[in-house]
Amino acid sequence: MSNKYIGQSIKRVEDKRFITGKGRYTDDIQLPGMLYAHILRSPYAHARIISIDTTAASKMKGVVKIYTGKDYEAVNGVPCGWQVNFKDGTTMREPKHPLLVTDIARHVGDGIALVVATDKYLACDAAEEIKINWEVLPSVTNAMEAMKPGAPIVHAEYADNRAFDWQIGNPKEEVDAAMASAHHITKLDFVNNRLAPNAIEPRSYIGHYDPVYEKYTLYTSTQNPHLIRLLMCAFVLGIPEHKVRVVGPDVGGGFGSKIYHYTEEALVTLAAKDLGKPVKWTSDRSEAFLSDAHGRDHISTAEMGFDKNGLIVGLRIKTFANLGAYLSTFSTCVPTYLHGTLLQGLYTTPKIHLDMTCVFTNTVAVDAYRGAGRPEATYLLERLIEVGAHEMGIDPTDLRFKNFIPPFDGVTQPGYQTQVALQYDSGNYAPVLQRGMEMLGYENFKKEQAESRKTNKLLGVGFSTYIEACGIAPSAVVGSLGARAGLFESAQVRVQPTGKVSVFTGSHSHGQGHETTFAQVVADKLGIPLADVDIVHGDSDTVAFGMGTYGSRSLAVGGSAIVKSIEKVLEKGAKIAAHKLECLVDDLEYAEGKWTIKGTDKSISFADVSLTAYVPHVYPPNLEPGLDFSSFYDPTNFTYPFGCHICVVEVDADTGKVTIKRMIAVDDVGNVINPMIVDGQIHGGLAQGIGQALLEGVNYDSDGALQNGSYMDYAMPRADDFPMFETDRKTTPCPHNPLGVKGAGEAGAIGSTPAVVNAVMNALWHKGVRDLSMPMTPESVWRAMNKK
Amino acid sequence: MQIKLNVNGQSIEDFVEPRMLLVHYLRDILGYTGAHVGCDTTSCGSCTVHLNGHAVKSCNLLAVQANGKSITTIEGLAIGDQLHPLQEGFKECHGLQCGFCTPGMIMTAADLLENNPKPTEQEIREGLEGNFCRCTGYHNIVKAIQYASEKMALA
Amino acid sequence: MLPSSIEYYKASSVADAVGKLKANPDAKILAGGHSLIPVLKLRLNNPSMLIDLGGINSLSGISEENGYIQIGSMTTHFDLASSAIVKSKIPIFAEVAETIGDIQIRNMGTIGGSIAHADPSADWPVALLVTDSVVVTNERQIPAADFFTGFFSTALNEGEIVTGISVPIPANGTKMTYKKYPQPASRFAIAGCGVAINSINGNVSSARVAFTGVSNGPYRDTAVETALLDGADADTASKLAAENVYIREDHYASPEYRKEMAKVFARKALEVVLG
Repeated sequence: MSNKYIGQSIKRVEDKRFITGKGRYTDDIQLPGMLYAHILRSPYAHARIISIDTTAASKMKGVVKIYTGKDYEAVNGVPCGWQVNFKDGTTMREPKHPLLVTDIARHVGDGIALVVATDKYLACDAAEEIKINWEVLPSVTNAMEAMKPGAPIVHAEYADNRAFDWQIGNPKEEVDAAMASAHHITKLDFVNNRLAPNAIEPRSYIGHYDPVYEKYTLYTSTQNPHLIRLLMCAFVLGIPEHKVRVVGPDVGGGFGSKIYHYTEEALVTLAAKDLGKPVKWTSDRSEAFLSDAHGRDHISTAEMGFDKNGLIVGLRIKTFANLGAYLSTFSTCVPTYLHGTLLQGLYTTPKIHLDMTCVFTNTVAVDAYRGAGRPEATYLLERLIEVGAHEMGIDPTDLRFKNFIPPFDGVTQPGYQTQVALQYDSGNYAPVLQRGMEMLGYENFKKEQAESRKTNKLLGVGFSTYIEACGIAPSAVVGSLGARAGLFESAQVRVQPTGKVSVFTGSHSHGQGHETTFAQVVADKLGIPLADVDIVHGDSDTVAFGMGTYGSRSLAVGGSAIVKSIEKVLEKGAKIAAHKLECLVDDLEYAEGKWTIKGTDKSISFADVSLTAYVPHVYPPNLEPGLDFSSFYDPTNFTYPFGCHICVVEVDADTGKVTIKRMIAVDDVGNVINPMIVDGQIHGGLAQGIGQALLEGVNYDSDGALQNGSYMDYAMPRADDFPMFETDRKTTPCPHNPLGVKGAGEAGAIGSTPAVVNAVMNALWHKGVRDLSMPMTPESVWRAMNKK
Repeated sequence: MQIKLNVNGQSIEDFVEPRMLLVHYLRDILGYTGAHVGCDTTSCGSCTVHLNGHAVKSCNLLAVQANGKSITTIEGLAIGDQLHPLQEGFKECHGLQCGFCTPGMIMTAADLLENNPKPTEQEIREGLEGNFCRCTGYHNIVKAIQYASEKMALA
Repeated sequence: MLPSSIEYYKASSVADAVGKLKANPDAKILAGGHSLIPVLKLRLNNPSMLIDLGGINSLSGISEENGYIQIGSMTTHFDLASSAIVKSKIPIFAEVAETIGDIQIRNMGTIGGSIAHADPSADWPVALLVTDSVVVTNERQIPAADFFTGFFSTALNEGEIVTGISVPIPANGTKMTYKKYPQPASRFAIAGCGVAINSINGNVSSARVAFTGVSNGPYRDTAVETALLDGADADTASKLAAENVYIREDHYASPEYRKEMAKVFARKALEVVLG
C-alpha cells in the first residue's frame, strides 16, 4: 500500500473553522430558554456550615432556583475511576465527593450552592446574597504536614489522612542491600511542584432534558464524552445510558484536566430536568484555579546508588503524594501505576523500590496533568543521575550511556522486563542522546562555558533522557490493577454509497488534530483522496463507544481501531469486487483505490464497490449489503516512547533570572503520521515542562487559601519566555500495534523539566549550588547562588 | 442604555445594561462567538477584538464604552473567502492546536503588524505579551506571524 | 465574577463630569477602564455610577506649549509610546509607555486613569517624578511629588478629576531612562527605576532618581540623588538605593530581594545615563 499522506505534514483540515472564529466550544452554544448557573464556593479550606440561608437570594431578580447540598443528599457523589489497595491489600479509602457540600467544606472552592437564573450577571448577584454561618476548622494543604501526628483531619472517618499506601519494585530488603553495597549514593529531597493545568478554555457545561423522549443531553468541555456518560450514569445519577447523550464539541485544550467527571456536569444535568430548561455553567478563571483538578504535588526523598564504575546498583524512593480532599477520576492511578512503573527509566538498575503514601489534604483534587506520574518519575531519575555524575566527576552523558538498556526491537528480540512490572516494547536509547549532543555541539559548548566563566557569565547545560508508558492501555492489565473501566477504543468506518467515508472514533480531539491525522491514515489505507474522509468524534449518540483522549493514546489505540475497521471494509469489499470481476478473492490485489486482478488491467474502483454494496443488484449470494464496520481495539501492551531533551540556560547574576537559550528535543515516538503535528505536540509539551521548572507553582497560604489563583499571580508561560525549539526524531516502531506508533502528546512535558533544572544547576555548580526547587523563581536562584 | 456601533461593517443600534462586558455583548447578543473568554484579569487575550482599528481586550471593556465606535472581530477579518494573511499563516505554519486562543492571537498580531510590518522574532514574542497559548509553546505562532509579515510585504 | 449593576453616565465636558461626581460621591470616573473594570469584575468595589470621560475629546492629545509638553489625561499609553513629539522631547515617557501591560492594554489604558489609580507598582509615576511633571486637575496643578501619597492613594480631593499632565521639557543634554524588573505573572514592576541626569563638563549637575514597585508608593530616592551630585559612579550610587524606606513583599519578592532588585535596576539605569 503506497503512502500518499502518512508521514506527510498535511495542513490541518480543522483549522479553517478556528482561524475564522467559527469553532464551536461549549460556551458558544445557546439553546432556547437557556438558564445560567453560578456556583457559590467555599472561601475556607476547611469549615463547617452552621447555617445557610438562601431566602433573600431566591427572591432576587431573575433567580429561578437555588440548590444547596441538602438537595443532593440522596444523590451519589462523583466516583473515582481506579481502585488502588493498601500494601496489605485492604481497599483504598474513598470518601464521598458530594455534588454540593452538605456540612463541611474541605477545600477553598468546594461547591456550596448552585444559583440558576435567567442571566449570568443576575446569577452572580444572587450568589452574593446567600448568607452562610461558618465554623472555620483547622486545615492542612501539604501532604507531609498532613501525615504528622496532630495534623488537622480532612475526613473524620480517616484520622491519619491516609488515602492508601502502596509500593512497587523489588523487595525492600533487596534494595536496601544493594544500596548498602553502593560505592556512591546520591540522595536528594524533591518537591514536584503543584501545577494548575490552565487549558485556556475554562470548563463549561450545558444540561438539557427532552421530556418527549425522556432523554438528557450534556454538552461538556471534556476529553472523553463516553467516559463521562459512563461515570455519570452508572455511578452518580443512576440513569440508564441510552437515555443520556453526552457531546464534547470543540474543546479548548485539556492537558488532563478535562478527563475527569466533575460535580458540575451532574449538577447542570439534574437542574435541566428539574427546571425544564437548558442550564449552562461556565467556569471563570478564578474558579478554574479553585475547582479544576491540579497536577503533580509529590514530596520525595530519593537515593540512587552507583558502583565504582558508575553503574547504577539501586534506587530507593519514599514519596508522599497529595490527592487533595476528594479522589478525582484518575487521581489514584497517577502516583502509582503511571508513576512507580516508570522508575526503571532507560537504565539497567537492578533493584528498585518505591514506597508511596497518598494523602488527603484540604486542597482541590490532584489528578493527571500532561504526563501524569511519568514526569514525576523522570524528574527523580534525571535529577539523581545528573547530580550523581557531577558528584562522581563523570560527564552526565557518559554516565547515561554507561547505564542505558541495550537496544531491543521487540520483534526479533524480546521486550525489556523492568523491575517495576512493565515490559518495554522496543527501544534504542543511545541514538537519541547522541543526536541531541550533536545538535547541541557539546564539545563547543564546553569551551564556550569555560570561556564565559571568565566574564562571570553563568551558562549551563542540562540533560534528560526519559521514557514514558503511553497508548493506555490493555484492559485486562489495568483491570487487574484496579481500573474500573476498560481502556480500549472503538472506531466505525462507514463507507457511503459514493465511496466517501465517515469515520466515527471514540478518541476526542481537543487540539491534537485527529480530523487530519486519522483522515491521513484512512485515505492511505483505502487509497482515496483525503477530502473523501470525514472524521466524526465527540458525540455519544453518533459514536458507538469511546474511552477518549489522554495518556498519548489516540493514534496508538484509537487509530488502531480505525485500521481494524478498514481491514474489515477491504475484506468485504474484495468479495464484492471479486463477484463483479468474476474472479476469486485471492486473485485480487488492492492498491490506489481499486481492486485489480493480479497480472491484468481488469479492475474495479473503491467507489464502484461501495455503490454496489448499497445497490446490490449484482451481488455475491449470502453477503449482507452495506459497507460499514465497527471495531474495538484493545492493545496488548503500553507503548514506550522515549527521548532526550537538552537545555542551555543563562542565569542572570544580578537577579537570578533564568533565560532559556536553547531547548533541544530528540524524541522517538515510533512511526509518525504527521510530522508537523508531532512537532507541535512536542513544542507545547516543552513549554509546559519549562513552565513547571521556571514559572508555575500553586501556593497555598497557612490558612489554606490559594495565594496565586489568577493570571496576575500564577505565572503562565508567554511567548517571550522561550526561544525557538530545536527538534529532531529517531524512529523505533512500536512492534505491537498496526501503525507502529507510540504517542507524542506528553513527551515534551516529561523530558524537559529536569533538563532545565539540571542546566541551572550546571550553571551554578561552581558556586556551590547542588539542588534547586521548582519553580526556580529568580529570587530562589538568587538566594541559592548568594547563599541567602 | 442605547448604543450605536458598527460591528464587522454592520451598523447596529441596541439597548444594553451598562454593566455588560463588550465580550458578552459580542458573543451572547450578536453571536460573534469567535471572541473567547479565557480569564477574568485581562491577561490571556483570547477576547481580543479591534476597536476603531486597535486591538483591545473585549473582556475589559463595557459594551457602552464601544458606543459610537467600530469593532472588528475575527469573523470580520477575512474578505469573503479571502483569508487574511495571518489566518493563512496560522494554518500553513500549524500556529494553532485547540484553537481557543487563536482568534485573539490573530487579532493581536494584526495590530502588531500594522504598527511594525517587519518585526523581528523577539519583537513578535514581546508583542504577544498579552496573549496566552497553552498548546503550541508559541513556536509555530511566531512562525505564522513571520509568514504573514512576509506575505503582506509582497502584497 | 461579573460586575454588579451600575449606572453609566457619559460626560460631555469636564465640568459636566465634575458636577455629576459631586452629586454622586460614590461614583467612579471611568477613563480607559483598565484599572477600574478588573476591580468591578471582582466586585472589590461597587460604585453606584461610572462617569465616562471617553466622550470628552479635549482630554486626549499631546501638544507642546511654552516649554511644556501637555498630555491630556485620556491619552492612551499607545499614543504616548508612538508619539514623535514625546520620543524627541520627553523620551522617558515613550520608554515607560512601552513597558506597560501589553499591546491591547496600551491601546485602551490611559495615563490619567493610571495615575489616579496609583497602583504602587505602576510605571507612570516614575516618569512624572523624574521630570518634575505637574498633574493638572479641574481645580489646580499638583506637582507629581505631592500627587502620589502612598498605597493606591493620591492628593485628589473628592470631586477632583485629573485632566492632564504638564511635563516641563527637559534641558538639552538631559539623559533619562527607565529600567523595569517585572513580576513574571502580572508583569507589574517588582522594581522600576527611572533616572534623569544633567551634567556640566562631566559633572552631574542635577539628578532625579525615582522608584516604583519597591515601596508603598512611588518615591524619589534622595540618597542616590545626593550621591550622584557628589560624583558617585553608577555602582556606588545604586548601592544606596531603597535604604530607609518601607519595602513591600509578596510571594514573588521578599523585602530583601526587592530591595536588592531596586539597587540592581538603579545601577542598570544609571549605567545608561552616566555611561
